[in-house]
Amino acid sequence: MDRGPDIAAGRVSREILALNFADAHPPLTDAQAVIEADRCYFCYDAPCIEACPTGIDVPTFIKGIATGNLAGAARTILESNILGGSCARVCPTEILCEQKCVRNAQEEKPVQIGALQRRATDWQMAKGVQPFTRAAATGRRVAVVGAGPAGLACAHRLAVHGHEVTLFDAKPKPGGLNEYGVAAYKTPGDFAQDEVNFVLSVGGVTLAPDQALGRDFTIDTLLNDHEAVFLSLGQAGARKAGLTGEDLSGVMNAVDFIESIRTSGTKEDVAVGRRVVVVGGGNTAIDAAVQAKRLGAEEVTLVYRRGRETMSATEVEQAWAQTNGVTIRHWAAPERIEGVGGAASAIAFTRGRVLDGRAVHDGEEFVLEADMILKAVGQHVVFDPLEGSGVETEGGRIRVDAFGRTSRPRVYAGGDCTAGEDLTVAAVRDGRDAAEAIHADLTKKKEV
Amino acid sequence: MADLRSNFIGIRSPNPFWLASAPPTDKAYNVRRAFEAGWGGVVWKTLGEDPPVVNVSSRYGALSYRGERMFGLNNIELISDRPLAVNLAEIKDVKRDYPDRAVIVSLMVPCVEESWKAILPLVEETGADGLELNFGCPHGMSERNMGSAVGQVPEYVEMVTRWVKQHSRMPTIVKLTPNVTSILAPARAAMRGGADAVSLINTIQSVVSVDLDAMAPTPVVDGMGTHGGYCGPAVKPIALRMLGEVARSPDLAGLPISGIGGISTWRDAAEFLVMGASNLQVCTAAMHYGFRVVEDMKDGLSNWMDEKGFGSLSDVVGRAVPNFVNWNQLNLKFKTLARIDQDLCVQCGLCHIACEDTSHQAIARLRVDGSRRYEVIDEECVGCNLCAHVCPVDDCITMAPQPTDGVLTWPNHPNNPMSGAH
Repeated sequence: MDRGPDIAAGRVSREILALNFADAHPPLTDAQAVIEADRCYFCYDAPCIEACPTGIDVPTFIKGIATGNLAGAARTILESNILGGSCARVCPTEILCEQKCVRNAQEEKPVQIGALQRRATDWQMAKGVQPFTRAAATGRRVAVVGAGPAGLACAHRLAVHGHEVTLFDAKPKPGGLNEYGVAAYKTPGDFAQDEVNFVLSVGGVTLAPDQALGRDFTIDTLLNDHEAVFLSLGQAGARKAGLTGEDLSGVMNAVDFIESIRTSGTKEDVAVGRRVVVVGGGNTAIDAAVQAKRLGAEEVTLVYRRGRETMSATEVEQAWAQTNGVTIRHWAAPERIEGVGGAASAIAFTRGRVLDGRAVHDGEEFVLEADMILKAVGQHVVFDPLEGSGVETEGGRIRVDAFGRTSRPRVYAGGDCTAGEDLTVAAVRDGRDAAEAIHADLTKKKEV
Repeated sequence: MADLRSNFIGIRSPNPFWLASAPPTDKAYNVRRAFEAGWGGVVWKTLGEDPPVVNVSSRYGALSYRGERMFGLNNIELISDRPLAVNLAEIKDVKRDYPDRAVIVSLMVPCVEESWKAILPLVEETGADGLELNFGCPHGMSERNMGSAVGQVPEYVEMVTRWVKQHSRMPTIVKLTPNVTSILAPARAAMRGGADAVSLINTIQSVVSVDLDAMAPTPVVDGMGTHGGYCGPAVKPIALRMLGEVARSPDLAGLPISGIGGISTWRDAAEFLVMGASNLQVCTAAMHYGFRVVEDMKDGLSNWMDEKGFGSLSDVVGRAVPNFVNWNQLNLKFKTLARIDQDLCVQCGLCHIACEDTSHQAIARLRVDGSRRYEVIDEECVGCNLCAHVCPVDDCITMAPQPTDGVLTWPNHPNNPMSGAH
């Protein structure tokens, strides 16, 4: 029987979709938050602080929750990390603060720092006001390119210092990956936009949406009317898998698939295959696989080249995928995508193993039938708009010094377009620290 | 298995656990449930003269600490607000139905001999096993010159006790208030008056918290609060001290003591027994969790006695009393040092910061190959125990007694201007 690929929207009812894409980890109740906060030992020189890229004073904010000082708790978080709300939801705390919690050593159960952080930041956001005000206006203008976590953090800190910021983004909505790239059930509803509004409510930041570097402006034009530029471009390009059949219909970049879910209100219009194969081993692969399942895909298989221990998705994320009915297969490298009538129908893999400490893929071949194939083999920085700008790159990222300064004076960069862990929280740190460097550099110039 | 049977001033009960005179013993209904649950006895909630007192609505305030509810409880309830005859009839019924359990009747009437003379025969007629004179209630009744208003004046304690012993043949326990400078004076007065025993402590005058919205102490009664009587686990240290003082006082030797004050577990019970109590009264623990708490108290106490080789309560009572001494008798040559078990340490740093900020700078904070490590500096450690108390891990920090060369107490210490060395 000749049957075309089975890709369809609305595989499950609207009600089930609403449940599947609601908050995956609902917030702690008031009582739960206090009980959990009381578990914190209020460590001195606490390891969790050190483990947080933004260095949030975790024991202090948790103490605030325990004593009912939520305003203090929220301020403590937000002064280190203005996107503390999204970090509370998307941070892989199991490899950051919670991994270092001393409760692990005692009872293998860390204090739920992420959930507590959410408690405090939710409280502050529900208040509708942020706890920061701007310093006296300096009259200095800074351009921030890319309104993702790094750009937002940078813009906020610059605004707090009294500078005027123009915040550009190529997309219609600000937020970057928070808006377009995070699994919908991690930040359901309009959380990403609510948080952007919360951050920008400090004032002094003008949004410039649908404005792309290299298309609508260049670094040179920006520097004509801004004293400094911060580049938080992220990684706009999806890596190709380099497979025969990659251009067949039904083969998609996982990031595009995730974005299609993010931009759909009800998810009823998002098409998903009956049998889905996801290629990759990172959190993007997990987000794509689990969401495919929750859209109603019958079989979802995540295939990764090497073993569990080298997957960049954390163990918690892997377990989450498996709990959601995703089959994870290790040690298999994609070979080619097979198609029928221009549409993908299967993907072939070669089994791999460790040989002399290296991964080799020389085993037998197996084929997984698939209606949809999602590639999550990594993203990369798109450098085209930087050509001739004097901003140098290194190892596929923009080269910066410890303060976020690029090779071109007055141009700074941070977030996923620079080296370092590709985490929301690291991007926030980069943006915040670059803002401080910009502020220092601008102020220094003034004094001279 | 250890024998928990108790004989306190001739009053027998299957175990030493009695419910103290309080809300749990206000009615036959409650007391029957308590006996079914296994309590050895009850001290019936205090009876007074008719017409009965009137109680307010909103009666308890509580101290909760880091998730522990009712660590301390404060009450402003007065004595039984039911007619005397109702209480007496119920006491009689209950005692008849539970002849093996102790039923003690708590009394509080004005400091007038006629009042006591009138009520005592009525109580005796119930068949109850004994009396407890409530000289302790520190709120409300004291404003009417009863309760702790009596207990705070040794002469009154002696006088009323004497009346009771004159007009009644019942064994009599005098319940002492802790709201005094020295517990010994009223205890001695009770003994002089002929008391068969004392019980202590009654509740402590307290304001347990202030409602920051109502701007009034809790519990708030129509916008206002008053001081109450404090009890529960938080008062145990105060009770143990007073108990020990009475127990070790040579002139009070032989005066039986019923211990009260925050007893919540079998371990608490054991501590009260070894500090000199030969009977135990409990209230807050039952009010928190219900009468079933007695099961683990009995079972745990029995198991502990088995483990220690104690056959009966008399083997236990007063064991720690000889070791409860005045500070002057402590050996100044004794030295103990903190020891950190690095395998158990979770690196929270609490021992370090407690010692560094508030004690003797005797715990070093190190980084060894990038990881945290805390080490005791023996030369600086005075053996204060603070680190062992703040450490969240059981047995991670222990105190190691050092070899001691003889005994030197303050009276003999060269630094003491009064010592013989000068």
